[in-house]
Amino acid sequence: MSAKSAKRWFWWHKWSSLVCTLFLLLLCLTGLPLIFHHEIEELTEEKHPPSDHQIEGEGVSLDEIIRNGNQIYPDQVVRYVFWTEDEPGLVYLSLADSVNAPPDNYIILPMDESSGLQAKEPATAEGFMYIMLRLHVDLFAGIGGKLFMGLMGMLFVVSIISGVVLYGPIMKKYDFGMIRTHRSARLKWLDTHNFLGIVALVWTLVVGVTGVINTLSDVVLGLWQQGQLAEMTSAYVDAKPLDPDTFYSLDLAIKAAEDAAPDKKTALVAMPGTAFSSMHHYAVFLRGTTPLTSRLVMPALLDASTGELTDMRAMPWFVNVLFLSQPLHFGDYGGLTLKIIWAILDLVTILILVTGLYLWISRFRAMKTANITLKETKIKTALLHE
Amino acid sequence: MNNNLFFRLWGVPILLGLVTLAGLIIALVRDGFWDILSSFLMAIPLAIIGYCLGRMGREKGK
Repeated sequence: MSAKSAKRWFWWHKWSSLVCTLFLLLLCLTGLPLIFHHEIEELTEEKHPPSDHQIEGEGVSLDEIIRNGNQIYPDQVVRYVFWTEDEPGLVYLSLADSVNAPPDNYIILPMDESSGLQAKEPATAEGFMYIMLRLHVDLFAGIGGKLFMGLMGMLFVVSIISGVVLYGPIMKKYDFGMIRTHRSARLKWLDTHNFLGIVALVWTLVVGVTGVINTLSDVVLGLWQQGQLAEMTSAYVDAKPLDPDTFYSLDLAIKAAEDAAPDKKTALVAMPGTAFSSMHHYAVFLRGTTPLTSRLVMPALLDASTGELTDMRAMPWFVNVLFLSQPLHFGDYGGLTLKIIWAILDLVTILILVTGLYLWISRFRAMKTANITLKETKIKTALLHE
Repeated sequence: MNNNLFFRLWGVPILLGLVTLAGLIIALVRDGFWDILSSFLMAIPLAIIGYCLGRMGREKGK
């Protein structure tokens, strides 16, 4: 590589890193507890004792569970009903002040599927994990904050790529893993920075790129709503909204959706009037049963007054890209061991950021000193020539 | 750059990159035994980091 192009790559590496480093540090620090959010929540949440109302056999109908949820929060409406793979036997009701309340207006109520009663304390938009999440995702600044974090993520990717390009000329004469410990602090930290950067390269790149994709979730959702969802509900555009009292049984609607897709299970139901459905439909999102297809969902729309399946389609590719980028960013797909590896690599990334910052500061200082010396020399020469 | 020099410089980084990538993808596509294999693969770069930083610490101590 010519000295000129190395200089250019160095310029890109320096400025892309400098702009994003503090935000990346924040992302790494808040990301650390988020990796273990499931374990932390399990440790800290209060469990409701199992009730005596246990009903034999199939358990309680979903319609009844929703009625129970509405009794616990009479002035709230159920917007979404969902299940997680981590907690079999529980169904979650997501309630809000109204169907079109903002996304951060929610109470998530965990319900026991067999007794139909509340299983745990509800989760609301507050607490330590919620603060970590918002600092990580959007700095409490909504879509703008999210896209800003996406921009920082893009700069991070630029700094990774330019860093790899610079690794070549710097390490040309040395063996892999070389760290010069006896020369100077600067060289030691430079070698450590380069070494950690190249070893963690693929992980930082994958988590960086999937993180950027995740910041586009609102954009992706909007495109899907205006595209596929609008197409699937076009016949109902002019129909009057339904009265919730006339809703058809959700249990039967889900059964109809699952019968139409026998290799899939229901992951989430969006109630009529919410952002993921129409005024007239239950939107049942079905997920596959293999590790890979369980990350993707397929929407089935059912008329909420008759329970009839009106449309079912595979999601467009860009939604699937978003869904697949989630596990690759969260590290939640290979058990606790993978999460621990994720956490260690997160700490390694912090080390890369800190050593990079140190290198820049020490270089900056050295240049300032050099500048002063240069000025002094100039003054001296000027004085001598007088 | 001749082949030897190229592999001396990029051989280990490319190998570690492929190992990491395989680990990341295997756990996503398969469960059970494959999760363990994935964790094992992902632990290789971490072991190398541990070894080299440990060596650095020992050299400093001399």
